[in-house]
Amino acid sequence: MPRRDDIRRILVIGSGPIVIGQAAEFDYSGTQACKVLMEEGYEIVLVNSNPATIMTDPGFADATYVEPLLPGPVAQVIAKEKPDALLPTLGGQTALNLAKALHEDGTLERHHVELIGANYDAIHRAEDRELFRATMSEAGLRVPASAIATSVAEAVAALGGIGLPAIVRPAFTLGGRGGGIGRTREEFERIVARGLAASPIGQVLVEQSVLGWGEFEMEVMRDSADNVVIVCSIENLDPMGVHTGDSVCVAPQQTLSDQTYQALRDQAIAVIRAVGVETGGSNVQFAVNPATDEIVVIEMNPRVSRSSALASKATGFPIAKIAARLAVGYRLQEIPNDITRRTPASFEPALDYVVTKWPRFAFEKFPGSDAGLTTHMKSVGEVMAIGRTFGQSFAKAMRSRELDQAVRVPDDEGALLDALEVPGPDRFDLVLEALRRAVPAATIEARTHVNPWFLRELAALAADPEAPFAGERTFRAVDTCAAEFAAETPYFYSGWERPAADGAGPAHEVVRGERESVVILGSGPNRIGQGIEFDYCCVHAAQAVRASGRDAVMINCNPETVSTDYDTSDRLYFEPLTLEDVLAVCALERPEGVICSFGGQTPLKLAAGLAGAGVPILGTPVEAIDLAEDRGRFGTLLAELGYDAPPYATAHSADEALGAAPSVGFPLLVRPSYVLGGRAMEIVYSIEDLADYLDRVDASVAGGGREIFLDRFLEDSIEVDVDALCDGEAVWVGGIMQHVEEAGIHSGDSACVLPPHSLSEEMCARVADWTAGIARRLGVIGLLNVQFAIQGAELYVIEANPRASRTVPFVSKATGRPLARLACRVMLGERIADLDLPEDPTGGHVSVKEAVMPFDRFAGADALLGPEMRATGEVMGIARDFPTAFAKAQAAAGAELPREGTVFITVTDGDKVLAGALASQLHDLGFQMVATRGTAQALSRMGIPVETLNKIPEGSPHVVDRIEAGGVDLVINTPTGSGARGDGWEIRSAAVARGIPCITTMAGGLAAARAMRAAREGEPPVASLQELHRPAAAAEPVA
Amino acid sequence: MSAYLLLEDGTRFEGEACGAPGVAVGEVVFTTSMSGYQEAMSDPSYAGQLIAFTVPHVGNYGVSAAAMESDRVHARAAIMRDAVNDEDAASAEGAWLDWLRDCGTPGITGVDTRALVRHIRERGAMRGGVFPGGHDPAAAREAIAAEPPMEGRDLAREVSAPAMVELEPIGGEAGGPTIAVIDTGIKNSIVANLRARGARLELHPCTTSAEDLLARDADAYFLANGPGDPAALSYVVDTVRDLVGRAPVYGICLGHQLLCRAVGLETYKLPFGHHGANHPVKDLITGRIEITAQNHGFAVLGPSGARTIDHDEPVRWETDFGAAELTQLNLYDRTVEGLALRDVQGATVQYHPEAGPGPNDALHLFDRFVAEIAGARAARSAP
Ligand SMILES: Nc1ncnc2c1ncn2[C@@H]1O[C@H](COP(=O)(O)OP(=O)(O)O)[C@@H](O)[C@H]1O
Ligand SMILES: Nc1ncnc2c1ncn2[C@@H]1O[C@H](COP(=O)(O)OP(=O)(O)O)[C@@H](O)[C@H]1O
Ligand SMILES: [Mg+2]
Ligand SMILES: [Mg+2]
Repeated sequence: MPRRDDIRRILVIGSGPIVIGQAAEFDYSGTQACKVLMEEGYEIVLVNSNPATIMTDPGFADATYVEPLLPGPVAQVIAKEKPDALLPTLGGQTALNLAKALHEDGTLERHHVELIGANYDAIHRAEDRELFRATMSEAGLRVPASAIATSVAEAVAALGGIGLPAIVRPAFTLGGRGGGIGRTREEFERIVARGLAASPIGQVLVEQSVLGWGEFEMEVMRDSADNVVIVCSIENLDPMGVHTGDSVCVAPQQTLSDQTYQALRDQAIAVIRAVGVETGGSNVQFAVNPATDEIVVIEMNPRVSRSSALASKATGFPIAKIAARLAVGYRLQEIPNDITRRTPASFEPALDYVVTKWPRFAFEKFPGSDAGLTTHMKSVGEVMAIGRTFGQSFAKAMRSRELDQAVRVPDDEGALLDALEVPGPDRFDLVLEALRRAVPAATIEARTHVNPWFLRELAALAADPEAPFAGERTFRAVDTCAAEFAAETPYFYSGWERPAADGAGPAHEVVRGERESVVILGSGPNRIGQGIEFDYCCVHAAQAVRASGRDAVMINCNPETVSTDYDTSDRLYFEPLTLEDVLAVCALERPEGVICSFGGQTPLKLAAGLAGAGVPILGTPVEAIDLAEDRGRFGTLLAELGYDAPPYATAHSADEALGAAPSVGFPLLVRPSYVLGGRAMEIVYSIEDLADYLDRVDASVAGGGREIFLDRFLEDSIEVDVDALCDGEAVWVGGIMQHVEEAGIHSGDSACVLPPHSLSEEMCARVADWTAGIARRLGVIGLLNVQFAIQGAELYVIEANPRASRTVPFVSKATGRPLARLACRVMLGERIADLDLPEDPTGGHVSVKEAVMPFDRFAGADALLGPEMRATGEVMGIARDFPTAFAKAQAAAGAELPREGTVFITVTDGDKVLAGALASQLHDLGFQMVATRGTAQALSRMGIPVETLNKIPEGSPHVVDRIEAGGVDLVINTPTGSGARGDGWEIRSAAVARGIPCITTMAGGLAAARAMRAAREGEPPVASLQELHRPAAAAEPVA
Repeated sequence: MSAYLLLEDGTRFEGEACGAPGVAVGEVVFTTSMSGYQEAMSDPSYAGQLIAFTVPHVGNYGVSAAAMESDRVHARAAIMRDAVNDEDAASAEGAWLDWLRDCGTPGITGVDTRALVRHIRERGAMRGGVFPGGHDPAAAREAIAAEPPMEGRDLAREVSAPAMVELEPIGGEAGGPTIAVIDTGIKNSIVANLRARGARLELHPCTTSAEDLLARDADAYFLANGPGDPAALSYVVDTVRDLVGRAPVYGICLGHQLLCRAVGLETYKLPFGHHGANHPVKDLITGRIEITAQNHGFAVLGPSGARTIDHDEPVRWETDFGAAELTQLNLYDRTVEGLALRDVQGATVQYHPEAGPGPNDALHLFDRFVAEIAGARAARSAP
């Protein structure tokens, strides 16, 4: 069947903010889908609250709504835009759940919107674990034994038929949240209790364990004529028990015989048919007993997923793109294989290389949390590497990870083996070390259950890490067909091959063409502090380079992203971002220049090495980058310009730091040099605090020889972020953002407002002026981000980064000006004067960015904001006024502010006055107040009715009991700054565990109060970016 | 120890020797199947050929009796990027390279197989040989030149059963049909699939005459897969011509080509053949697409001698035995993948519904074949 003509307008739902388990891969799939559907002539309406995505660029839809992904706002979009169909399978679990809700509340029926891509029943059959199990049994497939329990006693009774260890899965939580593995009776009971609390319906599934079996995934596609293909098989090196998202994986599978593999393939096909996914892609997970080849089905996701993004990058088969076409009626046969152009998509890719995926973790940012890997996902990003052999691809993946902390290996063999037994983020580093120390593979297998095939390969790697790289580096194409057909699409990786007998040199498959090329370096694995925002900038750079008539060449190793879609650039090299690997590409490409300033710190770190090797760097010269990063030189520069900065000192040892501290003055902000996202940054109030900090940090991050920075901490100041463009002379300020939280909360974790909501015009002018001064003095060509703090009437420069910043996409969405693309044009030689930019691009609306925190994934870590960044993602709220925009942003971030109910307040003494003002506003809004003794007294004195609750040491019933009993709807708790695990920690953890919004700054509290007042006016209206930026959007067409 | 692969056009690839020591010469072909190395090596259809595996690691899960497609290795050598000699997999009864050695089959590993495949894709399958590193290149060239080209080659005779073998059913309903197979090198998977559906099989040497076959009074004839050029098997084609119309005739792979030649259609050599487990084949009657196992170097010409067919239509055209209908089409290169005779009973497929190795999508064809045979028998015995 060809394209459906009975639908004209399609609503696509994105996945919202980047959170653990639902990340950039959905921008990749959503962007692909929007692109092909527009190419097919459909009108696209898009809703996604995440401004850092490419899919929310106005060119990828006819109407783009950056609105909360909640039934209310989306129903408004539906009523306004009247789409004919809703495609829910590209926005992860969020989009599926939302589509389900809109179906169940009748919205879809009321507005005659058809669900395409997956029907309601299929979604239900796949998502509801009980129904899924029944469906599998009916189809003759095996699943692990299980039982449902609604109490600990019931769960314990169910153990009879299941045995320990047992897997506990709470019903209806996202990404396995609250679940786990019970190995002992005691642990089991604890996990069941936690799972029952996490489940909104107080129900858990107790499942028979298949720990230690092999874990396999199959990516399946089906069309409306019931043709089914397997796009890719993925084998996890970590056996069952470690979430696939946290596992090191390879594609294609390596250890199954043809017979077992075909059995898996047959079962995957049976699953998609039984669940009833009529068109599109699904992911089916299996466990295979390595001793007997027994197979059980673990789960299926009736949508594109993290694994399907990986499979697409691993094979060159663009699953999301094809799923979108299938959803509008095409059949697989009618869709050409992009890569060969001559063969149809109704085939299964053949791989003549090996792909390795390695997760990237961030446990160091969550001290106190358990770094063990288990059934719920904890990684924040991933890398992928392609090699001609497993050894090549595994070693490339390892070097792609870009760890900023060396792996610690126990010296003692016993300890090493014990460490191996508990899967953690460094598991394979430890396996390699054990092999290096000649621990027998059989011993390691017994401890880890890693398949001996991999252990044998790893042993070879441990014996000689360079062995896979013998021979010559040869760039090869990813072509879906193992070279059976000629490939058109330029997607490359390097492999090492034995040199040809005739000395002809490496058999590169790259067809370079005649045009000049510009190499864009991506940002590597997503991690906290360097996320999708930088990928967004790289994609824009590619668009600008292509629009200028040059070939855009992308190098990156992150499979989740849009930048590694082979459609984004003219040539894609899927390679690690190390100097050696990048130089190899440059040697082949001989580019006009390399762009290092769009992918965050990763490529910036390579700039000097590249320049040293004679590779031209586009934009801001390396020297200027150094000038901005060298505190001494930058301090001098500011002094020359007459701009203020907080007093600071740089120390090279703990003693030096302790000596310098008094002259800088307390409170102090301390951190090791060259860190991203404020790693290991802390505020200390006394020399004792400082000594303690130095002890801790010296032991972990800073290591020997690194510098320690001390800054006077500007208390109670307002932080401001600026993104500007400079062509070496002219400067254009793209956006000034005022943070909601005070300075001291990392800019990446703070909410911010554009335009500033409480700064005077004069102050804004000064901010713009200083930004321009710094840009010119540094000699910036391209983007510059400057952070300021305003204390009283004084302006201070905190730092300047001559590169694309985290806020570039937000500013672009808020103003309708694609900053990154404009910057790239400047770097390619255009002048700001030629770009036709308005002096003030802010328009008549207010945009708020809010950070999304992963605390619920790291039980045990404090849910507190500070100078170290811990957000994984961001959302944006747009409205006519600040309070409404803030309320939208909160709702989009998943911390929807309550309309009524009880607010619990407990604040430090310094905040008690403001707390009174805040509480009286909340009281006027009809909220009940509860507080701990000190705060309650302060509120009572202001005449506000308040109930006093016990602090934890005062005994039950205390505040945490009340929170856990569901008697609190909003928590306002400012930290005492002691860093110790006190009441505050318990309170915030309890709130996070129950999903209760928890505000930890007074500024945030005041903004929330205003937002709640605005919310009483009813649901705020929705507006598309195209409506907001109509004139601006017309001026800058998307490439 | 070093080894090299030399092609008849002089192209040379370096590698290391593995498996059995010695020289192997024949036609170099590549398979894109990602698993099933042992099945491939023991498939009689690969007789006379050296197999280059595009998948980098070969041997990962060892070898086992269950994976044999015949009683021995037929391919002449294995050409690999990275050979694995490992028997850790639970199902492994031995290690791959030890097994190759014991079977007397040379291998070469460390070869840039992708460069090799690109070369064959552009220049076509050609003769070549695997030689120990010290082997004199001039002698190697001579050995390759002495190897007869695949076109015109009768290899079936070498792999056929020497005498008739009778095999009882191992499943299905009792009283199933008897099928007389002309054994040009039948794979175990085909035998197993037919027996599992209640068929009793008689495997006849491929030189058996039509007379002798007809005397068996079988319910149907089955033309097996096998190696070599169908055009060189005129004696089999003549036999088949006498069988068509007497009882249903089915064929797979070489058997498909032989039946087609018997009804007057032509075959030709493909540039580098189809060898893999991922080719989409469309059933033109049902519209369904199956992912198929493929292993052939020759193909059948379509209506009016066309090599490729532009439309997904079950076109009919005349043969010496009435109408033939195109029933299956390869969606990669649009070559003929199967046809049915409409005026006499017979049907064939070019691909391998029995898998071994490869996907099981087309196993249902055996159900259809066996049901049709049973139907024909019932019709025949009815008054
Ligand atoms: N019965 C089981 N025994 C052992 N491990 C399991 C079992 N079921 C699931 N797991 C592990 O838990 C992980 C997450 O389970 P899964 O059902 O895939 O949930 P999610 O929806 O979070 O992906 C799996 O990847 C697997 O490693
Ligand atoms: N002197 C200071 N006074 C108050 N807060 C500061 C000061 N310096 C930095 N901060 C806070 O720390 C955060 C991180 O510091 P910054 O220098 O921007 O590091 P990063 O390179 O991680 O962005 C800032 O966003 C700001 O909130
Ligand atoms: Mg899963
Ligand atoms: Mg900063």
